[in-house]
Amino acid sequence: MTALTQLDAGTLVARLTAGEVSAREVVDAHLARIAEIDGVVADGPVWAAAPADELGAEHTHAFLAVTAEAARAHADDIDIRRAAGEPLGPLAGVPLALKDVLTLRGVPTTCGSRILEGWVPPYDATVSQHLRRADVVVLGKTNMDEVAMGSSTENSAYGPSRNPWDLDRVPGGSSGGSATAVAGLLAPLAIGTDTGGSIRQPAALTGLVGAKPTYGTVSRYGLVAFASSLDQAGPFARTVEDAARLQAVIQAHDPRDSTSVPDPVPDLTAHLRDGVQGLRIGVVTELQGEGYEPGVAAAFAAALERFERLGATVVEVSLPHAPYGLPAYYLVAPSEASSNLARFDGVRYGLRVDAPTAEQMNAATRAAGFGPEVKRRIMIGTHALSSGYFDAYYLQASKVRTLIAEDFRAAFRSADVLVSPTSPAVAFGLGTKTADPLAMYLNDVATVPASLAGIPALSLPAGLAPAPDDSDTALPVGLQIMAPLLRDDLMFRVAWAFEQDLGFVPRPTGPRAVEVGR
Amino acid sequence: MALSEAEVRHVARLARLALTDEEVAALAPQLTDILGYAEQVGEVAADEVEPTVHPFALANVVRPDERRASLPRQDVLAAAPAVEQDRFAVPRIVAEEG
Repeated sequence: MTALTQLDAGTLVARLTAGEVSAREVVDAHLARIAEIDGVVADGPVWAAAPADELGAEHTHAFLAVTAEAARAHADDIDIRRAAGEPLGPLAGVPLALKDVLTLRGVPTTCGSRILEGWVPPYDATVSQHLRRADVVVLGKTNMDEVAMGSSTENSAYGPSRNPWDLDRVPGGSSGGSATAVAGLLAPLAIGTDTGGSIRQPAALTGLVGAKPTYGTVSRYGLVAFASSLDQAGPFARTVEDAARLQAVIQAHDPRDSTSVPDPVPDLTAHLRDGVQGLRIGVVTELQGEGYEPGVAAAFAAALERFERLGATVVEVSLPHAPYGLPAYYLVAPSEASSNLARFDGVRYGLRVDAPTAEQMNAATRAAGFGPEVKRRIMIGTHALSSGYFDAYYLQASKVRTLIAEDFRAAFRSADVLVSPTSPAVAFGLGTKTADPLAMYLNDVATVPASLAGIPALSLPAGLAPAPDDSDTALPVGLQIMAPLLRDDLMFRVAWAFEQDLGFVPRPTGPRAVEVGR
Repeated sequence: MALSEAEVRHVARLARLALTDEEVAALAPQLTDILGYAEQVGEVAADEVEPTVHPFALANVVRPDERRASLPRQDVLAAAPAVEQDRFAVPRIVAEEG
């Protein structure tokens, strides 16, 4: 019999509904696997139990806190309500890993930072409320690059997560803990957040489906802000259908988020199986070629052939301003971050380092609470917004955003969806890119254009490629699919057709992969 | 444009970050690199272009001017590093006359 941890969410819902398994059994199976391979030793925050430098190289370290007791109680409650014939939510009894950037009342939220260590939020994020309403069982909070800044999860103040495909490699970031949880079979579903690629890139590096919804369709209330005009929560899953179902659960207009879009969101699953016959798949000239690893380029070329075999037409399109996307992103995002992170001042929550004056207290607290990458980005953003530089930096970058959005609108006149590799590289070794911040930023080159334009984009597996530094290890390659604003349904439809034809099974293999059973 | 260590210290003051000398020395070349890369946006002719801050043309969003319950005071203060008389306590901000 297949272990419960190997089942996708759709299969679990079917078996739970049929009464073949209880929610409690499903949750217990996942908690047991977390205890086995994640390095968690007790209920509650892992950082309180094991300092980062004591985390073993044999553990995945997906979770910062496991809420085992609450998860079991929630599962029992679902089983009781099911037995009583009460109506249940669409994902009732399915376990989920929640990125530690979203609040869950009464559970510590760290954002991967020392600045929030010990903070217990007194309220739920809107996303958390939607999950509860859907009867999703939250297993715990996942590791991430500090304040969601990074592409490897190495910027977490609590130690890096490790890629289930090779424990010596990064799972990508910033939502690396969420990706690790789903790829490592610790949870069938996870929520991440994506500002410039923080869902899509880790999904690519761990062989998962990860989607960034249209900006404004998922509430940011209770999401600790990094770059407010870009941040968006979205799903991780092992199948396209699971990802679409999870996104549908969290997508809704929210009066508590002033950037929330009031427009109705199309049904994400009604046309999921309609196929790609007759659709035009646009290949973006500027998002391929130099800088992409040969294995990534080969998998991408094969993906285009697959689309043609499936009856789609592959056309070449240009986004002339896409090469300016990354430079614009690294002005817009740090600028907004420098403003957003001003709230961490040692006054209302989190860390405080005492000092004689308020300003000294603020500065000492922030110096002690933030890690190097966060300090770097606060400095970039503060400089870019400072007197005399605003027009040349933030304003100019915001104008480039307009031009990129116009490029996309033009491209979508000749193509229904656009595709590119998600990441120029497969999963890289821990510590290999930390010395050069700019080299790390280049991981986002293919994902930031969609972020700047606000359009929906997802990554799904396109197959495996040999690691450039180790030909014995095969690692997942991600295919990015981008769709027009509010056409998340079309994005999932194209992804589903590709997934069904490829038949990729997201099971880590290789000498340093986690054990996943048969 | 290269950022000097003096400029780094100025920006750190604006950002309320108490940086060590080592951090200042490391940041000056790193920020110079990153800003040099980002300055490519200046190559784009965009004088007549409207800036984007949101992909949808949303107008100001306001809610009805009605009283609503806020979070309980004790729940909010429970998270604060220092509390006095039901308020957030901070070091002195205004110097005493003297």
